[in-house]
Amino acid sequence: MATRKAAAKPNVSADELKTYYREMLLIRRFEEKAGQLYGMGLIGGFCHLYIGQEAVVVGLEAAADEGDKRVTSYRDHGHMLACGMDPKGVMAELTGREGGYSKGKGGSMHMFSREKHFYGGHGIVAAQVPIGAGLAFADKYLGNDRVTFTYFGDGAANQGQVYETYNMAELWDLPVVFVIENNQYAMGTSTKRSTKSPSYWERGAAYGIEGEEVDGMDVLAVKAAGEKAVAHCRAGKGPYILEVKTYRYRGHSMSDPAKYRTREEVQKMRDERDPIESVRQLLLTGNHASEEDLKAIDKEIKDVINEAAEFSKESPEPGLDELWTDIYAKDIPQGEAVEA
Amino acid sequence: MPTEILMPALSPTMEEGTLAKWLKKEGDTVSSGDIIAEIETDKATMEFEAVDEGTLGRILVEEGTEGVKVNTPIAVLLEEGESADDIGKEEAQPSGGSEAKTEVKESDKTDKAPPADAPVAASPAAAAPKPPRTPDWPEGTEVKSTTVREALRDAMAEEMRGDEGVFVMGEEVAEYQGAYKITQGLLDEFGAKRVIDTPITEHGFAGIGVGAAFGGLKPIVEFMTFNFAMQAMDQIINSAAKTLYMSGGQMGCPIVFRGPNGAAARVAAQHSQDYAAWYMQVPGLKVAMPYTAADAKGLLKSAIRDPNPVIFLENEILYGRSFDVPVMDDFTIPFGKARIAREGTDVTIVSFGIGMSYALQAAETLAEDGIDAEVIDLRTLRPMDTDAIIESVKKTNRCVTVEEGWPQGSVGDYITGVLMREAFDWLDAPVISLTGKDVPMPYAANLEKLALVTADEVVEAVRKVTYR
Ligand SMILES: Cc1ncc(C[n+]2csc(CCOP(=O)(O)OP(=O)(O)O)c2C)c(N)n1
Ligand SMILES: [Mg+2]
Repeated sequence: MATRKAAAKPNVSADELKTYYREMLLIRRFEEKAGQLYGMGLIGGFCHLYIGQEAVVVGLEAAADEGDKRVTSYRDHGHMLACGMDPKGVMAELTGREGGYSKGKGGSMHMFSREKHFYGGHGIVAAQVPIGAGLAFADKYLGNDRVTFTYFGDGAANQGQVYETYNMAELWDLPVVFVIENNQYAMGTSTKRSTKSPSYWERGAAYGIEGEEVDGMDVLAVKAAGEKAVAHCRAGKGPYILEVKTYRYRGHSMSDPAKYRTREEVQKMRDERDPIESVRQLLLTGNHASEEDLKAIDKEIKDVINEAAEFSKESPEPGLDELWTDIYAKDIPQGEAVEA
Repeated sequence: MPTEILMPALSPTMEEGTLAKWLKKEGDTVSSGDIIAEIETDKATMEFEAVDEGTLGRILVEEGTEGVKVNTPIAVLLEEGESADDIGKEEAQPSGGSEAKTEVKESDKTDKAPPADAPVAASPAAAAPKPPRTPDWPEGTEVKSTTVREALRDAMAEEMRGDEGVFVMGEEVAEYQGAYKITQGLLDEFGAKRVIDTPITEHGFAGIGVGAAFGGLKPIVEFMTFNFAMQAMDQIINSAAKTLYMSGGQMGCPIVFRGPNGAAARVAAQHSQDYAAWYMQVPGLKVAMPYTAADAKGLLKSAIRDPNPVIFLENEILYGRSFDVPVMDDFTIPFGKARIAREGTDVTIVSFGIGMSYALQAAETLAEDGIDAEVIDLRTLRPMDTDAIIESVKKTNRCVTVEEGWPQGSVGDYITGVLMREAFDWLDAPVISLTGKDVPMPYAANLEKLALVTADEVVEAVRKVTYR
């Protein structure tokens, strides 16, 4: 079983590096704006920000191919932006408007896109884990070589259904990458206070699933590990586990006072491990980009986000008859006796 | 142009808060991500981060100010090159600060006024000297205004002091002091042996609770919300509810499963469901769903003492509401005894939990039009005080039930069936069972409002059954 720590850094082009920078920055600025709109009362309910974890989804999306699927929890804005969903549609869902991905009916925690193979946005901790394996089951059944990225948190990793799923996924060689986003806290509970097992990825061994730990603050390390996991799945060798060590800078949701960790702990992460800042430094020190180039990217992103925010404010509330739509799918073919 | 910093909304239900502390002073530079103030909601003290960069030009709301409405300007941020003198130039408003403060005072006042739905002073009719059906506490007992949140915590603390076998278990109940702060202070008083943080494993810890109850303890299992109890449904129904029966009476399960139930605010379909009718269906379970703080306290104490599994359905929106609670050493409310919240003669409105707010509000409106409603708070759904409903309907001849859950198989449908069988000859109109709409809860603000049952709908239903 592979027990490597951070994967060796792959060679990437300056353009790729700039793309990752842009994508991570897009997520961060998007989330900052969402936090601001929440404070103004334009977004309601629960709103879980992804700030600090950007390298995880950006690195893994860099390892994905067209047609691969992804499913995650309520902390889903970053995943949607990284797989190419439109910031306008995501933000408008956050404000509960007609132009949102779920016509305003799902909100921050529940968005979906068939076009981008994004299967949600799930509010019940760990419920997405068997669903992810089920998506992989469908791909295997249909005989295509797609892979499903199934994201879940360190807290979710203690739910029983995760282990029921591990067992079946390995038993049936399902092409699923289990991505444990270990941001070290489940709401106010640090990993140390919820488990005595030293690592999450190693739990797969009990079911015969291979895996490894990855530095989630390093987008290139995540990408390299993702490529390896995807190759494993596509080769028909069954599931693979990536435990990605990351960190969330903000509270669990907007209403979390975050008394369970110190300001210094958060600040240290921001100062020393920030995934965006480190790519920025790579670009500058390697002379792949100038300060001016990066400023231009910053400006471009700022415009995209402002446009999304404007759209999310201007898009109308859903029509009142939407209350009664989408409860059942229509058009069920009926036998002759019924139709007659 | 100077930017106004507005009082942020820091939780799904927050409308106002206390500006507890400024961490920056006027003249300080601020960059995005800096914590500039601490703000207290009814649940917690939160840090407030700056989004924009600049210099803190003026503080408009002083620290310590209570009742600051969301979106009130609390400070002004200056961009590079601006000075404090620029403040107010464009809005031509000489004293934004004092205005903000007056606003705060106003809201302070309304805060102290009794809530429109305060059960005791509900109406002149209720104030009339009719003897109460069965008082919950002796006349003349001192009462204290208490939030539902405090009442629940007090009930647990009192029972834990009295019985070493009582312990609390759940996600974030100990060190975090409860996701909704219901277990606040319990860890300090009772220690980690009796106030236990669990991993996120509802099916597992519900089952461990059931086993501990079989083993002679009295667990209180908190579900962060009842939406997550669906993960534990098998242990609740198949293990907790049925074992006494299956063991021929040998093995009971004295356990309380408690937590918030029903819609909060804008938390969408997977987090907004009323389970009253579900649990009410199960023989072997008892089900309480209090509205007032006194009932929350008295019923929870009874639930903890009960030798049976009890489902205790709370409501996030009610947690912060205050009601009179009697100051007594040992105040309990028995299961199966409804409360007549308001006496009346023209129609019987039956509800429970947060449905009571709509029922009482509607009764007020109806009183203005000369329709005198009797409002019954069931308090417990299993056992259910159907006698109280029947007795009332024999007087009023009409009935409307109010709940937040879905229509098919609702609590109201059950009551309607009982009235059909046992009070048919007294009914002058079909019973109307008012419920939430038959849809998963939408997130959008306008749709969520439509999906929930409202006081207006209660008024309309009463007009229908009274033909007025
Ligand atoms: C079954 C269930 N239990 C509890 C909750 C409440 N809850 C929401 S998120 C969360 C913490 C999850 O932590 P983790 O899995 O580490 O993910 P993170 O939030 O860190 O991304 C909890 C307890 C829930 N949504 N579902
Ligand atoms: Mg986590």
